[in-house]
Amino acid sequence: MLDAGRHPNIKILAYSEVQGLEGKAGDFTVQYLKKARYIKEEVCTACGACAEKCPIKADNDFEMGLKKRKAIYIYFPQGIPAVYTIDPEHCPMILKGKCGLCAKLCQAGAIDYEQKDEKKTLHVGAVIVATGVTQFDPSVVTEYGYGRIKNVITGLEYERLISASGPTKGHLYRPSDEKLAKRVAYIQCVGSRSLKYKDYCSSVCCMYAIKDAMLAREHDEEAESYIFYSDFRVMGKRYQQYRLRGAEDYGIKYIRGRVAEIIEDAEGNPVLWYEDTRTRQVKSLTVDMVVLCSAAVPSKGVEQLAEVLGIELTPNRFVKTDPFHPTDTTVPGIFVCGFCQNPKDIAESVSQASGAASRAAGLLGITSSGKRTVA
Amino acid sequence: MNEKRGLPSVGVFVCRCGVNIGGFLDTPALVEYAKTLPGVVFAKENLYTCSESGTAEIKKAIQENDIQRVVVAACTPLTHEPLFRAICQEAGVNPYLFEFVNIREHCSWAHMKEGEEATKKAKDLIRMGVARAIELEPLESIEAEVEPSALVIGGGISGLVAAASLAERGFRVALVEREGELGGMLRHLYKLYPSDVPAEEVLKPWRDKVIDNPLVDLYLESEVISVKGYIGNYDVVIKSPEKEIPLKAGVIILATGAQLWEPPEGLYGYNKKDVITQLELESLLMKGKLKADKVVMIQCVGAMSPERSYCSRICCVTAIKNAILIKELNTAASVHILYRQMQAYGDEYESYLRRAKELGVRFVNFSPEQSPVVENQQVKVYHQLLGRELTLPFDLLVLSTPLVTQRGSEALATLLKVPIDQDGFFLEAHIKLRPLDFSTDGIYLCGCAHYPADVGEAVSQALGAASRASIHLTRGYIKVEPIVSSLIDEKLCQGCGLCAGLCPYGAIEMVDTSEGKKARIISVACKGCGICAASCYCQAIRLSHYTREQLEAQIRALLSA
Repeated sequence: MLDAGRHPNIKILAYSEVQGLEGKAGDFTVQYLKKARYIKEEVCTACGACAEKCPIKADNDFEMGLKKRKAIYIYFPQGIPAVYTIDPEHCPMILKGKCGLCAKLCQAGAIDYEQKDEKKTLHVGAVIVATGVTQFDPSVVTEYGYGRIKNVITGLEYERLISASGPTKGHLYRPSDEKLAKRVAYIQCVGSRSLKYKDYCSSVCCMYAIKDAMLAREHDEEAESYIFYSDFRVMGKRYQQYRLRGAEDYGIKYIRGRVAEIIEDAEGNPVLWYEDTRTRQVKSLTVDMVVLCSAAVPSKGVEQLAEVLGIELTPNRFVKTDPFHPTDTTVPGIFVCGFCQNPKDIAESVSQASGAASRAAGLLGITSSGKRTVA
Repeated sequence: MNEKRGLPSVGVFVCRCGVNIGGFLDTPALVEYAKTLPGVVFAKENLYTCSESGTAEIKKAIQENDIQRVVVAACTPLTHEPLFRAICQEAGVNPYLFEFVNIREHCSWAHMKEGEEATKKAKDLIRMGVARAIELEPLESIEAEVEPSALVIGGGISGLVAAASLAERGFRVALVEREGELGGMLRHLYKLYPSDVPAEEVLKPWRDKVIDNPLVDLYLESEVISVKGYIGNYDVVIKSPEKEIPLKAGVIILATGAQLWEPPEGLYGYNKKDVITQLELESLLMKGKLKADKVVMIQCVGAMSPERSYCSRICCVTAIKNAILIKELNTAASVHILYRQMQAYGDEYESYLRRAKELGVRFVNFSPEQSPVVENQQVKVYHQLLGRELTLPFDLLVLSTPLVTQRGSEALATLLKVPIDQDGFFLEAHIKLRPLDFSTDGIYLCGCAHYPADVGEAVSQALGAASRASIHLTRGYIKVEPIVSSLIDEKLCQGCGLCAGLCPYGAIEMVDTSEGKKARIISVACKGCGICAASCYCQAIRLSHYTREQLEAQIRALLSA
């Protein structure tokens, strides 16, 4: 991220959305909306004095709503660009012209309540779509009680809890009573590999559950982990070895079976009812917390973007490519990489990103720049 | 210059790294301590020194306090040294006058429960860092020209795509293939999943792009027998049936693929007749010679086992594909796939699996503890999910065996000085962030030489490797880190040749001079490992940035507490 942020040939248009595309491969005109931050980006020093005193609190999206942020905020500490943004849905100054405290505090004079969204255009030769992934909302899988049973959380929420810079500073305090969660169950294929919701495999959940469980044990020697799966997807380099290490060195229990239902006991502990398909017995397991490894789905807004760009999507809303030309969309000059094309891990995304760059460079005729004199 | 003590002025920046450091160490105390050290004119802590605001503060402090040496006490040089060096440069301080002190991995993370002691240790490390920083010398990066051509080793789909992609960009490519024809594994495959197109249809356009391309020099029935030199300037010798051909290349892409593990005769009754591998099945399908009404396939034969612990990625979907093809040829045929963990990942392979099920392919889950047994034209297998043993008569038994390291990989690894992992596949520079690079600059990796990949994945990697390689080719020159060895004084060198023998990068050659044999260091190939300097009896070699003076200052500072 920093590399991209500092690269002289990369201009980052953050907080912006593509709204139109004209032209053809090698000669595109892109219309995009630069959303108002109500902050002069070139002036803000990201000192944070504004947010410290801002009286308004809102859910922190980056922390999956597990923490509050102010109405003037920075998306996350290492974010690029390091510029504050005013949330127009919560800022009283934007909503009804009352407050204005941040403008008084800002030494740099970066606050601009009058700032408007701007429509801009850009000329480019090639477009690369890399819009990534988000997590399927598992509350529709009602039998798992997400949203109803407090100690049932999603994989992304767990990521924030276990993160040293997250809302609990890396301690697994469970949501209901802030008791340390020691027994955690991870449920695979929540909404994925399912004819009812998403029929595909998200490719990464089995492995991240192992990682999550390893981290839990590294934070707490008494942590116990149970991963419920149907087929363990270990097809990546050194994955199976990682899985074995999870069992041998971290004591992770792998249970083959889909959980039928989760109920809550009097102490707020989730109780899982499941069939262990290896023994064909119906069993129950009481844990402190459940992590739902729900389907990874293409990011919000991918349909609109596809429409703007004129590219096709698969029935599961991934960017459509020919299986043997995985970086080419259905429109010449528009390339694709990462999870938005097909569920994949980081290494594959990185490889494919280089691949998409290669296709774009080929189109643009970027070749030897000629010899430079060597000192 | 620090007026008081005649030392260069040092600025110390202590990072809290959110709570990673700040949650365990007393960072304000570290800042106060740093201010007491000789040479230090400025010290400050940041929440994230690496953030845009943190780096802006460094620049500001450098300019406002005339800082000549920058010390950051934070995380690991592995990820962040390049950033801080660049920040120094942007602020007008030579990037090699920067010193990194790791108080996260070495203090807060290693001693999470002993905050006080860890803070003490951090003070020691900062004191050492400051002492070394004072002794640092400015260095200028070394540049060399890049020969604008590539060597691609392997003429399978990965090598073809990489070569075609580089040639499209206008670079000359030498493509070396051991076999008499291009195409690699795909030549032996019938149809490819998930769209069931003939492998030849996928292969042909790429092969044509390469064959018809004036920029691609094709060497068939040839092998690379010698590689000398370094990024931008490789001297390669190719052995063709007629002769040995020397050529120059700026970069090398390794795309040697993998081979199918052939089971030993008799394993599950393996006989190449009615007990065959998936690859042999492909050949039967291709020739239209498949005659079988009762087909059983066994997955993970020789994989996910103690001797080959990895999952070979492509075998499950290959089995699904071949099962579908068999059912499409002969609806009445029974097909059973005996599997352990079905690897039908991604957007499409689950629906492919469902299609097989809809066509009537039966899937039987077994555990490695209760492997199938083959006798009298029957497979006996304990179906874990049904909880009983099944007896499946067959007239064709297909073994899904893993892709394993290509023949000759070890020799090639030695030739290129690149590593191989425990499973025999080539080892990339970083499993997540640099999957297509080797740690040796100038050599790249794609396709099944890295790890089993299906055709789409191999294409993606090959395009990617071409992109990685093209960065240097496009630029036309490379910049090398100036942390390299040099001869302090040629007179000191006795010409023993020990250093040249020990150098793992071939960066030292012995040359004849009027004073006898002397070592000559090729700086652009030197990786700064220091083996030569450490082993030289005459102390004739000096490693810049890790000089005797610098290291001694550091040690003295440690002992001075």
